Amino acid sequence: MSSELPVHQENPDHREGMDSTIDSGVFQRLVHDSARKQTSGKASYVDDMPEPYGLLHIYVAMSEVAHADLVRLDLAAVRKAAGVASVLAAADVPGDNDFGHAHCGDDRVFAEGKVEFAGQALFCVAADSIESAHDAAKLAVVDYAERPAVITIDDAMRAGSFLGEPLRLTKGNADRALAAAPHRLQGSITTGAQEHFYLEPQVSMAIPGEDGDVHIYCATQDTTAVQHLVARVLGKSANRVTVEVRRMGGGFGGKETAPTQFAAIAALVATKTGRPAKICLDRDADMLMTGKRHEFRFDYDVGFDGQGRLAGGDFKVAARCGYSLDQSIPVLQRGIYHLDNAYFLGDVTITGYPCKTNTCSSGAFRGFGSPQPTVAIERVMDEIALYLGLEPLAVRKANIYDSSDRNVTHYDWKIEDNILPRILEELEASSDYRRRRQAVKDFNGENPWIKKGIALMPLKYGVGFTARFLNQAGALIHVYQDGSVHLNHGGTEMGQGLFVKVAQIVAEELQVDITRIKISSTTTEKVPNTSPTAASTGTDLNGAAAQIAARTIKGRLMDFAAEHYNVSKEYINFHGGLVTIGNRDITFEELVGEAYLGLVSLSATGFYKNPSIKVDPVTLKGRPYHYNAYGGAVVEVAIDTLTGESKVLRIDILHDAGRSLNPAIDMGQLEGGFLQGIGWLTCEELYWDDAGRLKTHAPSTYKIPACSDRPADMRMQLVDWSENHEDVVFRSKAIGEPPFNLAVSTFNAITDAVASVADYRLCPRLDTPATPERILMAVEEIRDRLSGLER
Amino acid sequence: MSAEPAPRRGCGEGDCGACTVVIGELAGDDVRYKSVNACIQFLATLDGKQLLTVEDISAAGETLHPAQEALAVKNGTQCGFCTPGFVMSLFALKNNLETPDRAQIDDALAGNLCRCTGYGTIVDAARSQHEFAGSMPVEERQSEIAAGLRDINDGVPLTLEAGGQLFHAPTDSDQLAEILLRHPDAILLAGGTDIGLWVTKLHRRLETLVYLGNVAELTSVRVHRDRIDVGAGVTLEELRALVAPHYPDFGEVLRRFGSLQIRNLATLGGNVANGSPIGDSSPLLIALGARLTLRRSGRRRPLPLEEFFIDYGVQNREPGEFIEMISIPIGDSVGLFRAYKLSKRFDQDISTLCGAFNLTLEKGLVKAVRIAFGGMAAVPKRAHAVESALLGRPWNADSVRAGMAAMTEDYAPIDDMRGSALYRSKAAGNLLLKFYNETNGGKYPTRLVGNGGLARVI
Repeated sequence: MSSELPVHQENPDHREGMDSTIDSGVFQRLVHDSARKQTSGKASYVDDMPEPYGLLHIYVAMSEVAHADLVRLDLAAVRKAAGVASVLAAADVPGDNDFGHAHCGDDRVFAEGKVEFAGQALFCVAADSIESAHDAAKLAVVDYAERPAVITIDDAMRAGSFLGEPLRLTKGNADRALAAAPHRLQGSITTGAQEHFYLEPQVSMAIPGEDGDVHIYCATQDTTAVQHLVARVLGKSANRVTVEVRRMGGGFGGKETAPTQFAAIAALVATKTGRPAKICLDRDADMLMTGKRHEFRFDYDVGFDGQGRLAGGDFKVAARCGYSLDQSIPVLQRGIYHLDNAYFLGDVTITGYPCKTNTCSSGAFRGFGSPQPTVAIERVMDEIALYLGLEPLAVRKANIYDSSDRNVTHYDWKIEDNILPRILEELEASSDYRRRRQAVKDFNGENPWIKKGIALMPLKYGVGFTARFLNQAGALIHVYQDGSVHLNHGGTEMGQGLFVKVAQIVAEELQVDITRIKISSTTTEKVPNTSPTAASTGTDLNGAAAQIAARTIKGRLMDFAAEHYNVSKEYINFHGGLVTIGNRDITFEELVGEAYLGLVSLSATGFYKNPSIKVDPVTLKGRPYHYNAYGGAVVEVAIDTLTGESKVLRIDILHDAGRSLNPAIDMGQLEGGFLQGIGWLTCEELYWDDAGRLKTHAPSTYKIPACSDRPADMRMQLVDWSENHEDVVFRSKAIGEPPFNLAVSTFNAITDAVASVADYRLCPRLDTPATPERILMAVEEIRDRLSGLER
Repeated sequence: MSAEPAPRRGCGEGDCGACTVVIGELAGDDVRYKSVNACIQFLATLDGKQLLTVEDISAAGETLHPAQEALAVKNGTQCGFCTPGFVMSLFALKNNLETPDRAQIDDALAGNLCRCTGYGTIVDAARSQHEFAGSMPVEERQSEIAAGLRDINDGVPLTLEAGGQLFHAPTDSDQLAEILLRHPDAILLAGGTDIGLWVTKLHRRLETLVYLGNVAELTSVRVHRDRIDVGAGVTLEELRALVAPHYPDFGEVLRRFGSLQIRNLATLGGNVANGSPIGDSSPLLIALGARLTLRRSGRRRPLPLEEFFIDYGVQNREPGEFIEMISIPIGDSVGLFRAYKLSKRFDQDISTLCGAFNLTLEKGLVKAVRIAFGGMAAVPKRAHAVESALLGRPWNADSVRAGMAAMTEDYAPIDDMRGSALYRSKAAGNLLLKFYNETNGGKYPTRLVGNGGLARVI
């Protein structure tokens, strides 16, 4: 049993009126189930596992060029090198040389005939040590016949290089709305890519079994996909492959599809050699090979009235997808859906272009195509405000979804639980926004070199897998004869606290203390056909499945107790580790023991599905999400107009997690997601040279936020009066991704500070990430533009 | 086979801090604890020291160490992969500062990256760890550990040979000079914060290493009326304390230099000898007029620092020669001194450019001026043309404009992932303007962080 779980409980208001007495159920602040194991070094990750006898270490050799025909790949010398056990390339793959996920793409395990990005896997070497493998790989003879490479979005748009037909969503008549609007603006903005920078690099260890089966320990958010796709690569059936993960050292979407390739390579080596095999990428290889957040470019043409209220717009949305599809189409689709952020857009035409470039394949990353359009529409709000000379918050309020007829999204989903107006009202007051905005303006009027900016933004975030079939989950619960509980489900733990939340749900249902519940590794052997732990749905889906399983067992125990004690079920009550049966109390374990003797099954699966999501694949209209989470943030920044440096001074957040299952865990997601968003918008810059080689592939050159980037003044609150209006487990709401998008307020504040240089008369031309260089250039450009106006 | 110990490999270059361990060293009668990056440390450099990992700081079967307990209870872990590194940084922090403020916490943790938490909960743990009781076997056995370290520090030079690779660790300067005469091609290893990467990133085999860390003379410091003579082996963290009282900006640039883990190992001599165009100490030292003392065998030669840098990767150092000392002017010979580091992230980043200014005015005219930049040329380089444009002229906006215009004569910077040539040129000019704004009696804030920075931490 896990003996180290509960610490630091408090009973938030949500527990009022609940009759349980356990202090480790839902709505309570429990620390992460692995916290003490993590701080004492006892929490094990795949690379920490004891190495089995005869383990082979795998090095993957990468393409050095972005686009070429692979004229020659001579591995003879590599095979003969000391310590080498196996060298594998495309021709050695017995099944499909493709790890592309369902409804996604064509991702080669090893390059075949051509290379399409610098960093693409050419072959692997398995040897007694990683050093031997690395040294041997250098002996390969690789000849490329280089072809012209498409690197940037602009290159792709010019060349018509796409991975599919453009996506198009229309509502009403955008042309007519634009023509009739009293005011009209055009502009464009680019949002930069982002590396996940999970601290644990991609890692898989494959253990060969009997009959050519293989068991893979893999840091993955999607055990089922790894299982099925590795089976396809091996040319075996899925029941021959088992995939297991206890925990990951961070995922953020980066371990949704990418791990499949490395699991496949480890499994290939293990099944070919009959020896266990491990692949653990070093940081540079990880950053060079695996996907990132899509860079987007938005071109907009919007019409609006004198209050800044949008009448409609035409939006062109281009996403840099890299060399293959991966999840680019669903990402681009979300990029189209989230163009509203929290605003009623009016009549729109939105066209999405999936740009094919000779760069690594962009993929899932926290927010999944929603942060980029949030930046774009927030820019539109600021540009309208600056154009009309209005307060930016007034323009945002004029456009926000409300309870009038402006409550239907551009994809025709009616918003029925809009709590944004109240959140904004509360946040505006609690952050003292109005006074502070005046103080910022006063400061800027007095100070020539340092300028401040402040911004308040709302957020609406759609939760759920738009791919309908993914909205299902399974769980497996065993209760043993001593009353201890084994909990398993299809969700994976990457640090987000899913396991403790699901355990809280089971503790609540069974009314046993959480220390009685053993949290266990995710494995395809226990719960099959799982969905990726992604789209913020981990708790919504797996928590619900575990709840169903717990209720099944509890129901059987009730039935047994009613019969055994001859007491009507309405007089049986589980509470605080006890079961009251009529006028007697017995312990949970006593009842379990009796039930076992009474031939009762104490093991149950739980299956949950949510069929509510459905969209038309052509028009993109429908209901792409289960529900919305809401929030708001106020950020105040300062910039140095001589150097372009920026610093966040204060952050106020009010965020809606419904009835938070664990406020301590949810606050961790809120703060962590927000800071990760700040990184994306400010200091994190991925830089490809003209030849398409990524030059920022290590933390020495790629800078995620450090401790001092978290402002000392950060005031975060969860909305304490919200509950999910959909039937989500205990009326909670997802928290994984939405806070990331709230960080866009940081960029808005920087925009505000730059605009102050031109006395708030012009809109800055500033893309993300707002590095010192981009800010300085935007300051100089806006100053030049202003003096041009004044001449 | 045993499981891997907890220090984790996150980057192999001393930037992420997941591998942070703590080294215990004798300091007088006490043991001094400092955090370092394990991934780029050569094992043999640990001779005579105590090595602590997350497994060592609490006793088995007991409650956890306060650093471990605080981090757990304050929700300072999410994925947990970085956690052992944070624990060790917190352990070192606790042993050096009982109640650190936020700025000290930021500095202690700048070399530990966390991608999950956003750091707030970790800062809470750092603030509150002294309030936690817990198992502290290391702290409780201090005198025993000190005695043990005294026993193994016998002053005997260490020589190791393995598979044809040689490792020498002389203990005095004469031995060092002698070894280098015998092995003129040897690699001089000080903190290893760059050389370690030759192994982990470039996969190089290093034939002969001569470790400088045990050479007593190289760690000496002498403060004179007009200069500080700093042994080449003085670490950047030690240097920070030495120079900050004289030059607050030097202290601030060093605060932002690498991370505490790096500064605990990296030496001033190493940063200079490396010759990197983006090493931050050199432009500051050139602007101050620092001089090197180079030694080969028994011969010593002084050299103005700016003459040490010949071209990218080429320094004015003969085979068998080593930097013994760096003399940093203080007192009347130095005028108004300011230094500015520009990077994408304030803490633990490599400079896009770094500028240093040393100005002496007489009756409102520029009597003397030394300006140097890193990140603007193939070597750290003085801005002679800018200096000429300023010399003898009144310290006013017109002169500064002339100085900014002269910048193109001194520098033709490059485009790279840290910044474009255009940005470097504009920002370098603007730094001169900033220097002027800070030295002409203006009252407006000019900085975001550091000395006089707007964003003071609470």
